[in-house]
Amino acid sequence: MQLALFMIFGGLAVLAALNLLLQRHPINSALSLVVVMMSLAVLYWSLGAEFLAAAQVIVYSGAIMVFFVFVIMLLNAGEEERTTGSRAAYIVGFPGAAAIFCLLSFVFLSERNAFGSSNVGGYLNHVTSNISEVSSLLFTKLLLPFEVTSVLILVAILGAVVLARKEQ
Amino acid sequence: MIDSLTQFLNEHWDVIISLVKIALLVFIVLTVNAYLTWFERKVVAHMQSRWGPHRVGPHGLLQPAADGLKFLLKEDPTPAGVDKFTYYLAPLMALALALTSIAIIPFGPDPIVVFGHKIYLGIVDLNIGLLALFAITALSVYGVALAGWSSNSKYPLLGGLRSSAQMVSYELALTMSVVGVLLMAGSFSLRDIINVQAIHADRGLFAWNVFPQILGFICFFTAAVAETNRVPFDLPEAESELVAGFHTEYSSFKFAMFFIAEYTSMITVSSLCAIMFFGGWLSPFPATWTFTHYLPSLILIPFGLWVIWDGIRYETIFGRIVLPGIGTVITVIGAVLIAFPFINEFIQGPFWLLGKIFFFLFVYVWMRGTLPRFRYDQLMAFGWKFLLPLAMANIIATSLIMALRG
Repeated sequence: MQLALFMIFGGLAVLAALNLLLQRHPINSALSLVVVMMSLAVLYWSLGAEFLAAAQVIVYSGAIMVFFVFVIMLLNAGEEERTTGSRAAYIVGFPGAAAIFCLLSFVFLSERNAFGSSNVGGYLNHVTSNISEVSSLLFTKLLLPFEVTSVLILVAILGAVVLARKEQ
Repeated sequence: MIDSLTQFLNEHWDVIISLVKIALLVFIVLTVNAYLTWFERKVVAHMQSRWGPHRVGPHGLLQPAADGLKFLLKEDPTPAGVDKFTYYLAPLMALALALTSIAIIPFGPDPIVVFGHKIYLGIVDLNIGLLALFAITALSVYGVALAGWSSNSKYPLLGGLRSSAQMVSYELALTMSVVGVLLMAGSFSLRDIINVQAIHADRGLFAWNVFPQILGFICFFTAAVAETNRVPFDLPEAESELVAGFHTEYSSFKFAMFFIAEYTSMITVSSLCAIMFFGGWLSPFPATWTFTHYLPSLILIPFGLWVIWDGIRYETIFGRIVLPGIGTVITVIGAVLIAFPFINEFIQGPFWLLGKIFFFLFVYVWMRGTLPRFRYDQLMAFGWKFLLPLAMANIIATSLIMALRG
């Protein structure tokens, strides 16, 4: 069951991500991105991380992508125009991306034991209700990164206020 | 042959039962939606000293069927210059999400036992039930926003923009207002939320969440009305300014899909109010008052008799046949409940839950009949400067009291 879900929604995520790049209208790209987010949520769910799945849908598909669509509607953005791009990107682009992909996957695969230290991966597998596990982890072991992130978001809010304020 | 069939049924029992439940629930919800439009028109009409629909069928009872047929048979034009894919996707998304959200609502405490299998009233019981509901609500903005954008026309675009801004703004207050309830229940499951309110069942309605969480309830209901785009927050379809808002360019059954989605989300919001703040299927009387279990019969039998009495004096022959028939059915149901105590006990939970849902649906209609529409800047100021701080204050107060009590 889990394998079938992974095959279907993993494939869907990849297809939607490709579609995101190939579509020429921004709204269609944004909708493809929504499909990617939803497929990822299903993958989290099939791994037993229900809270993460719901949060993924609420935050990414619900909040962030709605703002993307909102901005595209507000600016009434038209179809993008194709250009040939720079010569450097044309030559090094594909090999460069492949090289970075190889490097990253090498690092992740060789160091995969080190990533389990925060126990998130370990907790998600067995527990049926993992909301309390995730939250107690957030407020004990991961408190500092959690608070730093909230300060970061606060800075972004202040920036928005400064930009939106009328000139005196 | 028979053996392999029973074996197949036993192996796939869960899937089959789920499919049957889904089909049944969709049928019931669509019927209730249809009669909700009748109910709304009737109640608003009587509030404004009019008769409301009364031509099609006795008391206009066949009006929903006539409306449905009209939606199905009307010409279904696609305006020139629309973005076809998104134009067709938007009403589908709106309807599908609205119908999905109702799958999480549990409608009764006890399962029906058939051939040793327990069948619960409700399609799924998730332990992140409320979060899943909010995830679906968060997605429902797309239906409106995409409909507005894809129509390639001024009024729908403005209506869609307004509506998505409104829904995004009120979603915050909506989500934060229930944190108090979640803190008290310690769970996201709707069943658990009701069971926590059942701990002091001897106190009757004073055990409900609405008393400690009155601020949360006010926030939740206001934000939910705004989220469902109903009066007084129906800015997206302010007909004096925007024709019909985001669904101006939709006609025939595609319009009906938006319509059904709106009424379905009204039902979902009413169920949530009943479950989270008003005890769900719990009776408002203390659990020891067993004589209140005859209340369903006490309501059904007089109502059925009144329908019969009203029916035999009705002016059309059709009404003189149909209305007494309906009245007899209602009276017989009431009598059956008295005659078979085990059915009566089973019906108690669903009776109270459905009664509370009906009450909140009436409140929706009541507001539509009485309140004027907000201005757009008032709407935004109300959401961000009043509801959101109120919801935050409620969270802080609830967690402080809970921490002090230990």
